[in-house]
Amino acid sequence: MQKFTTLKGRAAPLPMVNVDTDMIIPKNFLKTIKRSGLGKALFFEKRYDDQGRERPDFVLNRAPYREAKILVTGENFGCGSSREHAPWALADFGIRSVIAPSFADIFYNNCFKNGMLPIKLPPQEVELLMEDAKRGAELTVDLPKECIRRADGSEIAFEIDPFLKTCLLEGLDEIGLSLQKAPFIANFEAKQRASQPWLWR
Amino acid sequence: MAAPRTLFDKIWQSHLVERQRDGTAILYIDRHLVHEVTSPQAFEGLRLAGRKVRRPDATIAVADHNIPTTDRAGGIKDAESRLQVETLEANCKEFGVPYIPVADVRQGIVHIIGPEQGMSQPGMTIVCGDSHTSTHGAFGALAFGIGTSEVEHVLATQTLVTRPSKNMRVNVSGRLPLGCTSKDLVLAIIGKIGTAGGTGHVIEYAGEAVRALSMEARMTMCNMTIEGGARAGLIAPDETTFAYLEGRPMAPKAGQWEQALAYWKTLPSDTGAVYDKEVTLDAAAIAPHVSWGTSPQQVLPITGVIPDPKEAPDEGTREAWTRALAYMGLEPGTPLSEIKVDTVFIGSCTNGRIEDLRAAAALVKGRRVAQGVRALVVPGSGLVKEQAESEGLDSVFQAAGFEWREPGCSMCLAMNADRLEPGQRCASTSNRNFEGRQGRGGRTHLVSPVMAAAAAVKGKLTDVRELIS
Repeated sequence: MQKFTTLKGRAAPLPMVNVDTDMIIPKNFLKTIKRSGLGKALFFEKRYDDQGRERPDFVLNRAPYREAKILVTGENFGCGSSREHAPWALADFGIRSVIAPSFADIFYNNCFKNGMLPIKLPPQEVELLMEDAKRGAELTVDLPKECIRRADGSEIAFEIDPFLKTCLLEGLDEIGLSLQKAPFIANFEAKQRASQPWLWR
Repeated sequence: MAAPRTLFDKIWQSHLVERQRDGTAILYIDRHLVHEVTSPQAFEGLRLAGRKVRRPDATIAVADHNIPTTDRAGGIKDAESRLQVETLEANCKEFGVPYIPVADVRQGIVHIIGPEQGMSQPGMTIVCGDSHTSTHGAFGALAFGIGTSEVEHVLATQTLVTRPSKNMRVNVSGRLPLGCTSKDLVLAIIGKIGTAGGTGHVIEYAGEAVRALSMEARMTMCNMTIEGGARAGLIAPDETTFAYLEGRPMAPKAGQWEQALAYWKTLPSDTGAVYDKEVTLDAAAIAPHVSWGTSPQQVLPITGVIPDPKEAPDEGTREAWTRALAYMGLEPGTPLSEIKVDTVFIGSCTNGRIEDLRAAAALVKGRRVAQGVRALVVPGSGLVKEQAESEGLDSVFQAAGFEWREPGCSMCLAMNADRLEPGQRCASTSNRNFEGRQGRGGRTHLVSPVMAAAAAVKGKLTDVRELIS
């Protein structure tokens, strides 16, 4: 997995609540058997009109947000479908960190599997960063220090689960780690097989 | 004495492979459902790393999202959809995963077939790369949706690295009135708690109204739990659960049945178990519900009127309501029962079971679909379809002017050819009314099967209670 340490770049403001994964990437792009190349599909119905032309009013179609690396948005971001295509599309577009007051659980988990950092902050702090984003200011997400540095040098601290932090910093292969636990898994299975044999056919 | 535990606590603790020092846990997964859309990249990951599927015997695969619901004799016309289904078939063959072919009578929506086959059982952990995996919680199983990376993790290790959820209980007293279903109940709950109300929690549904529900009705509630932000819904197993399971192909066989039953009876939450959050509703006060906007929390009783953004409680809500009304093409103050529909969809993992079709057919019988309305019934599985046909429900629907289709996810998410055109308005028994969910520019009103049937015959959103005596 790609490591995540610090990320400096433009933040795109998307002041909407309950942005669902259908909006992040519509179903017609879920027919792929690959995980690459989905950046073009990101927010497809918001970004393009019925003829496939860019909608100039959508934030990611405007300078400087075409190069956005961070998204600042509203509460419950990523609700709905479990599709991992949503973080894949964000990452392929170039956005590797999303800042919001809250996230839907599955989307939040999915980000960490892809070297992406979702950051939960109190609404007032998201509001400050939203204003920065609207001004086109750059932000720096500093994972080792667990803070976001604003253009004026001030810092906003965030919290993150230590396990998830380590996974991101080291780009760990979580499956590889779990496979090292194979003896524990086998032991569990043997016990379950004895106590709940109906689960084993 | 040990502290009283919730149903969730019991399932969680009995599946811990290892508690890690950082607070995460390795959780054992008993059953894994796989479908064509969220699995190809997971199998590819296994292949690239030279890994195997740890327990093919605990895994079952079926194609449902992409497949046509019209005649399938000619195969899948859409090249991308076809490739995705063929990829699933090839992956299952390569990794030894049991696969239910498209032509098999057992084929259907993944969350319909798990329960139907008796695969989903109390006390289990069940996952699938699909958020509506919460459906299986109706059996008192901890069932939740996962992303593709986690699908790969479960295929390789039969475990997940995760943290425990918080406990939330929704108590529903009383009995549902005539014309009201568990769909109305769960829409009312989501309206009350909001789409993020259950975030970080597992929701256990309890109370007299829930106990009185059939398994099908319980599945509808647990299915839509994800729309309330909780990854999993739970209902304690009871005699209704056991009666549903007994004799199903994958249920415990004689000899083990009694042992399983004894265990299942230990699962309900202990008296005095503590919940982090509790919500109470009176089922008797529920009216048939309809969604009016583009989020499942934007729901009202059918007797209501479209709300005015000017009266929204805060700025964020005002913006959301304004956006929703613009998308839905609706004006504040319009009575819901005056909203015309041109499409009706009965089906999905929410409401595509035999009981749903029976209820809708009973209302439709002797009536006609209103002029200008296209109405579809898409059974949740081949077995649901077969059962419905043996009861003559297909004839009832077709005589009324409904289309009778092959099983699949269909117009719930419109990945196949079944979709709304821009501006079309649909009364739908599915689970999500997001913008574009049923087709770009399509407008969705979530309803129960009988409310969908009522909308079909009246050509507008209709209070089903006016049509039943």
